[in-house]
Amino acid sequence: MQLTVEFGGGLELLCDSVKIHSVNVDVPNGEEKLTMGDFLMWVSKNLIKERPEMFIKGDTVRPGVLVLVNDCDWELTGQLETTLEEQDVVVFISTLHGG
Amino acid sequence: MDTGEKLRRGGGRLCCICNDRRAALKRPKTLQQICRECFYAVFEEEIHQVIIKNQLFKPGERIAIGASGGKDSTVLAYVLSELNKRYSYGLDLFLLSIDEGITGYRDDSLETVKRNELQYGLPLKIISYKDLYGWTMDEIVKMIGLKNNCTFCGVFRRQALDRGAALLKVDKVATGHNADDIAETVLLNILRGDIARLSRCTSITTGEDGPIPRCKPFKYTYEKEIVMYAYFKKLDYFSTECIYSPNAYRGFAREFIKDLERIRPRAILDIIKSGEDFRISTSTKMPEQGTCERCGYISSQKWCKACVLLEGLNRGMPKLGIGRTRGMSSDQMKNPKPTGAAKNIESKQCGSLDF
Ligand SMILES: [Zn+2]
Ligand SMILES: [Zn+2]
Ligand SMILES: [Zn+2]
Repeated sequence: MQLTVEFGGGLELLCDSVKIHSVNVDVPNGEEKLTMGDFLMWVSKNLIKERPEMFIKGDTVRPGVLVLVNDCDWELTGQLETTLEEQDVVVFISTLHGG
Repeated sequence: MDTGEKLRRGGGRLCCICNDRRAALKRPKTLQQICRECFYAVFEEEIHQVIIKNQLFKPGERIAIGASGGKDSTVLAYVLSELNKRYSYGLDLFLLSIDEGITGYRDDSLETVKRNELQYGLPLKIISYKDLYGWTMDEIVKMIGLKNNCTFCGVFRRQALDRGAALLKVDKVATGHNADDIAETVLLNILRGDIARLSRCTSITTGEDGPIPRCKPFKYTYEKEIVMYAYFKKLDYFSTECIYSPNAYRGFAREFIKDLERIRPRAILDIIKSGEDFRISTSTKMPEQGTCERCGYISSQKWCKACVLLEGLNRGMPKLGIGRTRGMSSDQMKNPKPTGAAKNIESKQCGSLDF
């Protein structure tokens, strides 16, 4: 599945300062859909190069990291349960850097 | 699948204010689901109400916005210039930035402020540590290492901002401190039992007895909304960590607040409220203000803290004045004795540079 990931608010520093990534992610075996929960694990494994604790805490994003799926706050779409589709755009923004 | 598909995001939920457009975010303060347009409207209107209710500005005043190039001050500059036009506040707005001399950090963020100057049409004044003190932060860190640099940063920045404000002849400085910042400071003041600062740190206007008052129009504005606003409006801000910001203690307090917010978003406003309500009458008196014999800046001691620190740097004894002291008289200078007073933690950590 083709997805676009965008990092902002300083999170891009965790992945070689690249803000926008075009990625291809498979739906996990035995599942019908790719959820944000699956995708977060994929991102932290494949895109985050350093200090993963700035991005992930437990099984979700670190508090203070905002997530938008197709420019909609993921708190409205079910957070980890949000399902992703072809061409979706996922944005992660840290609120913790800088004033 | 077509309409259903379009409405899939946001669970197909409509904005609870206009009932027309698709919701784009959940407000932490109210848990309302609202669309972008309604979000812009309520976000700006709330700040306007805070300004009016607390009489932060008077018509004809000159106001400097402490501009770091970061999210808070960038959004503040944008929103204040919008509100100033929309509601005819009659303010002359300026951007005031401090150049600490941190290569690869401050020079980059100053580029952002220079773009903001053009984008928002606000005149910009940059004050540098090098000009004011003869030292850049890079040079200071080279001398003292990474351990105490935030003491220098904090003391020097506070004074630099006042000097810049005096040069601009402004009546007041507005800073981008948001609700999360204030909740964090309340918590830190509780942790260190600093009752005097606890009640003061929640004041929306401070320093009315000092050279130039400061105010915080974002006192009740959540960081999440500031970042969402900047993102949706595509405002140009800078978000790299300061390379000299090792304040782990403050970092933990911040994380704790974010954890609380996740469970109960109102926690941030509640913490501010408790800070406000802690108006315990104690014998804790803030020291009387005089002026520094050396540079004329306000000081409760013979020399202001910046002069003490500078003296240490210039004499090659940078440890002078660091840590548990609150400024020293020149007698004490010869024979420094710690007084056990707490140092100021009202400003944000060095890295965020929001004064
Ligand atoms: Zn609406
Ligand atoms: Zn610092
Ligand atoms: Zn002085």
